[in-house]
Amino acid sequence: MKRREFLKKSAGASLVAGAFSVGRYGNLWGSPPASAKYDMVAIMGGNPDAMFDLGIQELGGMGLFVSKGQKVLVKPNIGWDVIPELAANTNPSLVKRIVEHCFKAGAKEVYVMDHSIDNWVNCYKNSGIEKAAKSAGAKVVPAHSENYYQEVDIPGGLKLKKVRVHELLLETDVFINVPILKNHNSTRMTCGLKNMMGVVWDRGFWHANDLNQCIADYALYQKKPALNIIDCFNVMVKNGPQGVSKQDVVQMKSQIITTDWVAGDTAASKMLGVETGKIEYIGMAHKLGLGNMNIDSLNIKRIKM
Amino acid sequence: MRSPFLRTFRIIFSALVFICFFLLFVDFRYIIPAKYVNFLLYLQFIPSAVKFYDLGTLASAGFISVLILTFLTGRTYCSFLCPLGIGQDIFSRIGGRIRKKFRRFGFKKPFTILRYTLLAATLIVTIVWGIYLVTLLDPYSIFGRFITYFGKPGVIVINNFIAGILGKFDIYALSHTAIPKYQLLTYSIPVVFLLLVGSLSLAKGRLYCNMFCPVGTLLGLISKVSLLRIKFDTEKCTRCGRCAVGCKSSCIDFLQYKVDESRCVSCFNCVKICPDKAMYYGIVSLKKKEHETDPGKRRFVAGVILFLLGLPQIVKGQDKPAPVPQKASTVKENKTTPVCPPGAGSIEDFNKHCIACSLCVNACPNNVLEPAFLQYGVAGMMQPVMNYHRSFCTFNCTKCTEVCPTYALKPLILEAKKLTQIGKTNFIKDNCIVKTEKTACGACSEACPTKAVYMIPYEGNLLIPETNVDICIGCGHCEFACPTTPYKAIFVDGNAIHQAAQKPETEQSEIEKPVEFPF
Repeated sequence: MKRREFLKKSAGASLVAGAFSVGRYGNLWGSPPASAKYDMVAIMGGNPDAMFDLGIQELGGMGLFVSKGQKVLVKPNIGWDVIPELAANTNPSLVKRIVEHCFKAGAKEVYVMDHSIDNWVNCYKNSGIEKAAKSAGAKVVPAHSENYYQEVDIPGGLKLKKVRVHELLLETDVFINVPILKNHNSTRMTCGLKNMMGVVWDRGFWHANDLNQCIADYALYQKKPALNIIDCFNVMVKNGPQGVSKQDVVQMKSQIITTDWVAGDTAASKMLGVETGKIEYIGMAHKLGLGNMNIDSLNIKRIKM
Repeated sequence: MRSPFLRTFRIIFSALVFICFFLLFVDFRYIIPAKYVNFLLYLQFIPSAVKFYDLGTLASAGFISVLILTFLTGRTYCSFLCPLGIGQDIFSRIGGRIRKKFRRFGFKKPFTILRYTLLAATLIVTIVWGIYLVTLLDPYSIFGRFITYFGKPGVIVINNFIAGILGKFDIYALSHTAIPKYQLLTYSIPVVFLLLVGSLSLAKGRLYCNMFCPVGTLLGLISKVSLLRIKFDTEKCTRCGRCAVGCKSSCIDFLQYKVDESRCVSCFNCVKICPDKAMYYGIVSLKKKEHETDPGKRRFVAGVILFLLGLPQIVKGQDKPAPVPQKASTVKENKTTPVCPPGAGSIEDFNKHCIACSLCVNACPNNVLEPAFLQYGVAGMMQPVMNYHRSFCTFNCTKCTEVCPTYALKPLILEAKKLTQIGKTNFIKDNCIVKTEKTACGACSEACPTKAVYMIPYEGNLLIPETNVDICIGCGHCEFACPTTPYKAIFVDGNAIHQAAQKPETEQSEIEKPVEFPF
């Protein structure tokens, strides 16, 4: 390479890099096209963080979803004031590893939040997620006050036409959904789609107005997760979604990573051993065209560690 | 001692005490550990006395130290340790800024009849009926209520303002906090007292302490015989009268060289103010003035004391009606009994020991406690009660029982609290979404920490709640989560006497760890 050529190229490169690092220019390109190698990657047999390392690599790397200078919102389940072993909240080591991958892909900022059901300070602390996420450099953001929520429209929603969502959902560039698979007392399963009850303010409205339809309706909202990482390491198979004791938990040592959350929930329902048809919101979301519940037709990579 | 440093020391010390108590009550981020709370409250006269009555241990005998302190040094408690007293000093200073006249006191006659009547009434009512007048008049509790109702909301407003600005810069060190609101009528008593104490202290120094406060009057009686007291050096005094003008308690009669010890709160303002160094704080001289006793008076006082000592025996002789737990009702949210916090034992017991200082109301991280209006009856006004429409009692928490200064809420270890049934859940099927709307809900069962509310098959694919009150602890999460309005489809009715809940049964699930992907 000649000296003149080198100077030209490096000037160009620094311009591009500068454009990204200034911040909002990153939005000009929009969300990166998810040209993942598979529709879904399922991993079994490792620890949550190791399974994620392997799974995301197989899918094509975090760089497919997060580009340089972007702000990322990671939404685990931090709903309950219990210790990680009781598996009511997403595994903290998984959250930590996801945050690390986001930063490695060049994320400018990574936020972690959930609208907890129990006292939020205790949930953030006792779930271990606050500490884990902060140690990876993420900002752990409160979501317990109505002030943090803004109203948005859900075009096409049957029951849920307007909803107040956390401001970070609107302010970030990439949204990553990190549910934990659990038994649920009334919908029979909580996973990816139902995890969205933690980014909205008024959950009571959902409960009072056809819970299943509201869950499906919310999935119509334009800001969809770029990636769904379903934690099936410890799975609460009964007394969900809160659980009473360790006897409710089965260690399945699995993880599902997918861009299609309807497919993800379908696969998860099979892990839980529940007939997918009984989980009404999956069928409803499928009908609304929000994903594919016929997972046999999908390109799934299955890995055993 | 004639050093002006006495006053400086008093101001610094009392400022520290005031800041500590203020922080204690506004601690909306729940940072202060319970052990510091207990340390701070050890020397508060009424809380300590009420606790001592129950426990009788030295660990709860802070009020005896106060009595001894008063015997040695006069009413220093009122100037150094009482948060309401210190607060009044601050108000009085502000009053002086508004009008100079407000800081010119001068000698006034004591309200002897009023203050001793109030003291006697408080003692008699407490011994015969219960704690009600103490609740109303205890200076520490009054202070606690002031901060709860008027101070904390202000602090939270400031916090929210700053949090809003920081949030714009992506900093979430402070978070937005909801301002606690209580039933409007529960504000009535604190508002009346704020007007009373506020206006009196603004314009008249320590008049409240010397007219109404039963603790002040009681300590005043002791300080009449205290060892250290404010005295005149008659040889140096030029009768300029500045001491009397500067005396917040209006208790210096400089013409007679007399200080009314029963009203002097040992603020040392006179020591500092005296230009001739004629006022000093010293040991009482034993040179006695001529005896002027009235045998009739003495007999009367002795009689009163004997009567008071005998009263508890009279009361004990009477039959206490055993509190009967009221039956839980199944009609529309028909609450028969209020829910009182864990550690109370029974509502009756609780009502007897709680001085309504509101410390637990502030300490509760879930804001489920609120001052009662008439839930416990007129006598239990302002004592904390659970409001499950506002929040719920969080499962992993014993905070209120840790901070209670009078043991009205007795300390519970977490495992015991998790099995303490303070109320029972009642399901009203006719209100339930699942029945009325024919859609899935389960908010109550989802929230239940023990699965006392669980789901059973209903029509079609639907599941409907069912309750098992044996394992219900009455935390109210089901009631709080229930989305129906205006009546909830599930509610907790209080237990008049707290009971032991059974441990939820657990068994290993049949679902096995998968070996292959099931899809």
